[in-house]
Amino acid sequence: MNITDVQGPYFGEYGGRWLPEALIPALDELAEAWEKAKADPTFDAEVQRLFRDYTGRPSLLTEVPRFSRIAGGARIFLKREDLNHTGSHKINNVLGQAVLTKRMGKKRVIAETGAGQHGVATATAAALLGLDCTVYMGRVDTERQALNVARMRLLGAEVIPVEQGSATLKDAINEAFRDWVANVETTHYLLGTVTGPHPYPTMVREFHRCIGEEARDQIQEQIGRLPDAVVACVGGGSNAIGLFHAFLDDEDVRIIGCEAGGSGIESGEHSATINAGSPGVLHGARSYVMQDEDGQTIESHSVSAGLDYPSVGPEHSFLHDIGRVDYRAVNDTEAMEAFAYLSMTEGIMPAIESAHALAGAIDLGREMGEDAVIIVNLSGRGDKDVHTASAWFGLVGDDGRADLAEIRRTVADALENAPVGPAAPAAPAGKDEN
Amino acid sequence: MTRFRSADVIDRARAEGRSALIAYLPVGFPTLDRSIDAAHVLTQSGVDAIEFGVPYTDPVMDGPVIQQAADIALKNGTRPRDVIAAIDELSGRDCDAALLVMSYYNPILAYGPDAFARDLAAAGGAGVITPDLVPDEGAEWIDAAAKHEVDRVFLVAPSSDAQRLEYVVRSASGFIYAASTMGVTGMRASVGSRARDLVDRTRRAGAERVCVGLGVSTGAQAADIASYADGVIVGSAFVRAILEADDRADAHRRLEALATELRRGVEGA
Repeated sequence: MNITDVQGPYFGEYGGRWLPEALIPALDELAEAWEKAKADPTFDAEVQRLFRDYTGRPSLLTEVPRFSRIAGGARIFLKREDLNHTGSHKINNVLGQAVLTKRMGKKRVIAETGAGQHGVATATAAALLGLDCTVYMGRVDTERQALNVARMRLLGAEVIPVEQGSATLKDAINEAFRDWVANVETTHYLLGTVTGPHPYPTMVREFHRCIGEEARDQIQEQIGRLPDAVVACVGGGSNAIGLFHAFLDDEDVRIIGCEAGGSGIESGEHSATINAGSPGVLHGARSYVMQDEDGQTIESHSVSAGLDYPSVGPEHSFLHDIGRVDYRAVNDTEAMEAFAYLSMTEGIMPAIESAHALAGAIDLGREMGEDAVIIVNLSGRGDKDVHTASAWFGLVGDDGRADLAEIRRTVADALENAPVGPAAPAAPAGKDEN
Repeated sequence: MTRFRSADVIDRARAEGRSALIAYLPVGFPTLDRSIDAAHVLTQSGVDAIEFGVPYTDPVMDGPVIQQAADIALKNGTRPRDVIAAIDELSGRDCDAALLVMSYYNPILAYGPDAFARDLAAAGGAGVITPDLVPDEGAEWIDAAAKHEVDRVFLVAPSSDAQRLEYVVRSASGFIYAASTMGVTGMRASVGSRARDLVDRTRRAGAERVCVGLGVSTGAQAADIASYADGVIVGSAFVRAILEADDRADAHRRLEALATELRRGVEGA
């Protein structure tokens, strides 16, 4: 059996529907609507049209030879989800579910958001398709990401700051479920990642699988073979599963998921659920969870709000247990360095989430050497993170945690005698090279 | 210690020509000792069954009042095992109420479902209500509860169709917890007509005992529900009584007054 034959509701012992009975009919309705939509060519045609004409798919696969100098000389290709409309992979899932919402005859969507990327994408799709939109966001996050709150409101969405619990992403999800229970007949919960009860982990993955499928075709077109490794960051895990899925049954392709190691796993301040959590139940799914011995959820920490979540999609837990994907922890410092490295070597500013994957690729490139070909999912752009990065590197205020000058020196040393300008690798067939 | 199961106290009430009165309190709120004392006051004021809530970090079924109480309990260092200790203590105190646990599933999973059922039965507990566990995922819990003879109380909701109702009824024991409205815990001005319809449909699905919860806070509401259900479950109103009390004695006065009002309600007065 191929790994990709595992379709939910269960992935090994993970997945399922661990939610109140009141929501079971809505989950049944959603699963049924989703199955019908999948079998209906007009649904796929509409989603594909939006992907092409609204999002700008397929996204590019860009080789980054100057960045590769930092990464042991391995050839590194970035899957450019940062170039999508709204600036990240999130729009793929959001458009798919918004079209599905219309088909179910529902007029309102609700969503949770941490950094605000999923909230912005949902507000965008709601504006496009004429749906009412309410976004739940932890109060702490609304303060950290005030600009995204403004974006959502400008797009016509209502943003509700959540005060309960730790006032972060997990509490926003709790509040979204509470809204859903009360309004399920008119409302679709547009969940933003591959967590939650069935059918979300499978359905959200299906809307993101274009990432890996495109990358698999593009790399073969550009270099005539499959990569040696694919790398993505993992919070809930939607961009990662989108990239990984096309490669799961390619035994020779290594797959690496980069969790947020925060201040280091030993510090306890991290979001490395698979590396440091244990199997449990949270937000409707059985999966790895950051929890204490009593099953109480432990608050997660990461410099990246988008990875700051104390559980992970059930399919990732399964892929970890069967050993198909290697989940590693990348700490805040490594991620912020990678953020600066890519910005300075290639003029591409990554989201801090994606910078975790870049840091993972640096290590992997040094480990695998110059012959290796690595695809990294650049899941989002870094504009939203300029404030965080400026504070980190002491560009605003005096109390930076790292020295940008030192990184500039490292980059200068690595780039000595390096080619300048965009990549011109052997026989690229891509239309946007040069 | 006499151990009362849910069916014992519901059938006792039925024999008296009334519905049972069931009260929810979070264990450890405002402290462990005071939550035990509060429950004891209720059992002496006409309450037939206590649901001790296990405070949990992510209570998706609870509204603001119970969330606030659970937060206080968690900050006090309340642990899931304290609910076993509380029931052990209460069952030793001249108590003729059934003592249940209401818990989200992850704390039970972490404790170990079999060990939890075993320890609860040994402490004199009647059973467990699991608001976020549906029978579809409940095989391990159902086995453990059956083995140690504790009631496994599952919920039904106005959205449940006949097929779901039959499935839940078949999987549960003790009684069926009928959620009166689509929503979370908390006091509501009116409970609405969907509760009666749900109770009727749940009985047609084969349930012997159906109790209604969510939104009930007054004697008049209790009387209305008692006209068609086997039990009336009240949570947030008791929690609010404690939250608003000046001190422990005031809390006990408020609890006693509310329980007395609700008891008159379930007696149809």
